[in-house]
Amino acid sequence: MGYEISLLTFMGISIIGSLSLNLITGFCGQVSLGHVAFVGIGAYTASILTKADTPFFVALLAGMLLAGSFGVMVGLASLRVRHDFLAITTMGVNFVFLGVVRQQEWLGGELGVSSIPDPGLGKLGFLALVLGCVILVALLSLQIRRSWMGYVFVAVSGDEDTARMLGLDVSRYKLIAFALGTALAGLSGGLYAHHVRFIFPDSFAFVESITLLAMVVIGGNGSILGVIVASALLSVLPQWFQFIGDYKLLLYGSLLFVVMRFSPGGLAGLAKNIFPKSKIYFALKENQ
Amino acid sequence: MSLLDILNISVRFGGVHALEEVSLNLNQGEILGLIGPNGAGKTTMLRVITGVVQPNHGEIDLEGEMLNNLSIPARVRKGLGFAQQLVRPFREMTLAENVALAAGAEQTKHPWRSMFRVDRREALRESLKWLAMVGIENAADSYPNAVPLGYLKRMEVARVLALRPRMLLLDEPLAGLNQVEATAFADILVELNSQGQTILLIEHNLAEVRRICSRLVVLDNGRKLAEGSPETVLKQPAVLEAYIGQGTVHAEN
Repeated sequence: MGYEISLLTFMGISIIGSLSLNLITGFCGQVSLGHVAFVGIGAYTASILTKADTPFFVALLAGMLLAGSFGVMVGLASLRVRHDFLAITTMGVNFVFLGVVRQQEWLGGELGVSSIPDPGLGKLGFLALVLGCVILVALLSLQIRRSWMGYVFVAVSGDEDTARMLGLDVSRYKLIAFALGTALAGLSGGLYAHHVRFIFPDSFAFVESITLLAMVVIGGNGSILGVIVASALLSVLPQWFQFIGDYKLLLYGSLLFVVMRFSPGGLAGLAKNIFPKSKIYFALKENQ
Repeated sequence: MSLLDILNISVRFGGVHALEEVSLNLNQGEILGLIGPNGAGKTTMLRVITGVVQPNHGEIDLEGEMLNNLSIPARVRKGLGFAQQLVRPFREMTLAENVALAAGAEQTKHPWRSMFRVDRREALRESLKWLAMVGIENAADSYPNAVPLGYLKRMEVARVLALRPRMLLLDEPLAGLNQVEATAFADILVELNSQGQTILLIEHNLAEVRRICSRLVVLDNGRKLAEGSPETVLKQPAVLEAYIGQGTVHAEN
């Protein structure tokens, strides 16, 4: 039972992470190849604070705020660079994060942060907290998509120059996407750190950013339900089957390739094609 | 009454003078045609007005208020409505949704607040009105990839109109249309103008320009060559020479 709870908790944390990237990349069209850096900022901030006897929820919030603040800085870069160049810039953010963390003694260097305090909620309590966060983040995503903000995101993602010509303050909308997305990444990081209670730089390596992006793309860029399903599957498969864990990069790489080649809309796009007018289709289209 | 004043605008791209000390004004309620041969600086002028290009020198005033330091979206919200030369619809949206996004300018003005505004029905209803005005309400639910270029050009104008701009700035709206479509489109512009819409038109189709514009400004090589009513301007030898080429003038003589 303990194993299943732990697995579900990990799944929930992954879903929060991929939904947070979905806000930036799926909704607003800003490709980020370094999203796990913000998960890392949230994880390090929250765990160092709880180790210094800060209450768990305060530490979690602080991790979100710091991750969101750094996210706005990267968002400011996104106002200057676009498309491929933005992808490379955000990739650089991931490496800068790793480079800094590895060198800092007070962040544990290569050894990372261990003995992170137990938040004291019990395993089931913690799972309930994580699932509660999943629901809140999913509801927030839904609200954004059906609101005028989501409408503008579709425009920015499609053609930001034209969006400006319609008087839309594209820069501020992009910064909001980065602020929200990276703050929620920080939330997933804080939860992750207090779930495994031991973090080190490799937990936030570039391959983890690619894993998050794979979850978003395979689920269907911008589709909330698709991203949830894809990240649920992709987060537990490597835990269930050891050999998948060993070949994770190969598997995710091939999946990305197959999806881009045969169903660029991901699982959501596939469902749309197979059941063009079924309830599933409408479930995916809900509130659009 | 002058709505937009452009004073001594100069733009240099490297060593090239795209515009040199050009001044012109757009009066309330007129259709001003901005014409000239390729490379004359017409599109550059439009880009200076909208803020895509920063002039090296000169000033743009909207009813006495200087616009030079405002961003593109800020200028649009002051009432500059700009339709681009190449149609650029949002391809993920239907034609109605394209127009409704512009019609909902009030909802999207404050980015954070826009997260709590959900109802799009009124904007969609309004978008139908604008699509009807340009004669394509039957394609409201179509996606841009499923309609011909003429429809997209009209949609682009409907989308700008939905912003309720104080002036319409159009860059070659008739390009790519056949003569029947072009005449129909020009008639729409006349109809809009008769309802009080001020229009600045860049256009190569001289027959339509002559027919619908109340006043012309001719640019050539980044300088203002002539200004006045279509009949007088299009008869000036310098304009004919620059625009149509020397041979034509000699032939007419």
